Amino acid sequence: MIRLLRFLFYTVIVKSVVLVVLGLNARHREKLPQKGPAIIVANHNSHLDTLVLISLLPLKLLPLVSPVAAMDYFFRSRLLAWFAVNIVGILPIKRMRTRGEENPLAPCFSALAAGKILILFPEGSRGEAEKLSEFKGGIARLAERFPDVPVTPVFLHGLGKALPKGEALLVPFFCDVFVGEPIHWTGERRSYMRQLDESMAALSAEGHFPTWE
Amino acid sequence: MRTLEVSPNVLWSLAGLYGILIVASMIVAVLRRSPADANYRELVQRVRSWWAMVTVFTIALSLNRNISLVFFAFISFVALKEFFSIIPTRRADRRVIFWAYLAIPLQYYWIAQAWYGMFIIFIPVYMFLFLPLRMLIIGETKEFLRAAGTLHWGVMIMVFSISHVAYLLVLPAANNPGGGGAGLVLFLVFLTQFNDVAQYLWGKMLGRHKIIPKVSPNKTWEGFLGGMATTTILAVLLADLLTPLSLSASLLAGLLISAAGFVGDVTISAIKRDMNIKDSGSWLPGHGGILDRIDSLTYTAPLFFHFVYYLYY
Repeated sequence: MIRLLRFLFYTVIVKSVVLVVLGLNARHREKLPQKGPAIIVANHNSHLDTLVLISLLPLKLLPLVSPVAAMDYFFRSRLLAWFAVNIVGILPIKRMRTRGEENPLAPCFSALAAGKILILFPEGSRGEAEKLSEFKGGIARLAERFPDVPVTPVFLHGLGKALPKGEALLVPFFCDVFVGEPIHWTGERRSYMRQLDESMAALSAEGHFPTWE
Repeated sequence: MRTLEVSPNVLWSLAGLYGILIVASMIVAVLRRSPADANYRELVQRVRSWWAMVTVFTIALSLNRNISLVFFAFISFVALKEFFSIIPTRRADRRVIFWAYLAIPLQYYWIAQAWYGMFIIFIPVYMFLFLPLRMLIIGETKEFLRAAGTLHWGVMIMVFSISHVAYLLVLPAANNPGGGGAGLVLFLVFLTQFNDVAQYLWGKMLGRHKIIPKVSPNKTWEGFLGGMATTTILAVLLADLLTPLSLSASLLAGLLISAAGFVGDVTISAIKRDMNIKDSGSWLPGHGGILDRIDSLTYTAPLFFHFVYYLYY
């Protein structure tokens, strides 16, 4: 029943919002992973980011897809938690590590081991709309543990205009989604992060974006 | 819902339109270059998009009037969204932009009511005065004039101008027994799009003298005049079938649509050049965005509307 609700949510509501209200300009969509396990990383400006990325994946992958999301944010209320886990399908993790606890990335490890497709926003939070902020290192630790899992970088633009942090009113804008080549583990965290940053910078340089000040 | 009486004349003209598409597809098939040729691939995509557009347009025009109005409202919506997405906007104006979108359902509602007075002043007067008021409430004064100007320009071109096509549908049918409202719409939209293609083809074949090199380096006098001649001949031939226009009026209408279409085309080109982009979007494969397709119509629609309205209604 809940699987059906999730399916309907993504096919009816998300598709119509993404295709009719917003409208996408997706480049190199074919580079998105076509099977699990895989990781998609993207910059984060809006709650819409997750929904747009999932809408670009083939529907048959839907049961495999889990956006990794902050537990402290989505577990604020029981209703929100229910919706986030069952309908959106998030994989909740803790943003803060407390002493003596298990690795906060442990749920991601088991999900990848089970062949899931994770969506990860290494900026850590939605941040200021339409500004790239620094990627945090958790993604490198995932790549180190699973060196054979492809990590596909995606640059998103415009969703932070349509629905930025702290706003509830969705204002239609066309949004850009630029998908990059999957990157591979370099054997070392720092060079890996540099490769990821360069890939994101190259993707963001593909478009001409009007100012939004 | 009232059903639209699509007259046999309109149906015949639509059939002719499909005839042109079939010929175009055959020419493309005969050309048959390698699919690696980027120009050829674009041509194939372009013709395929034309098929889709003509099919959607036929369905929207012939089912019933309200569906036609919703269709044109949706065109306005996509065009306005594309415009707001390519121009610089201010963070502070998100809610103002939301109100600008709300002009669309209202404007098309006035049309559904055939309330001419409201249709003709709602955007140029009421929206023009209201949007800056909404901006004042937010209170951001930096770049205030630029924002007020660009937002209203978008609503004028994408909503007000385009809605004139839709108003043709609600003009009294008795004044145009042959074609009705749908006949006028078909006449205007077909000639506008035909003129685009004709100017392009004449320019490709004979183009020598640049007409406006700073804005659009590919536009030539030969293309402009050749397109104008072809479009005007076609206007005269079609006028009897679809419109109430007399021979001399149809001649003028052809010249008007051709000249205005050119200006609309280069106006949108100027904006794209200003924004440093080639296409306004990727909505229509082979054409670009929707603005790349309706650019000429933003100028021909209000001018043709008032031309017919003054002479015959």
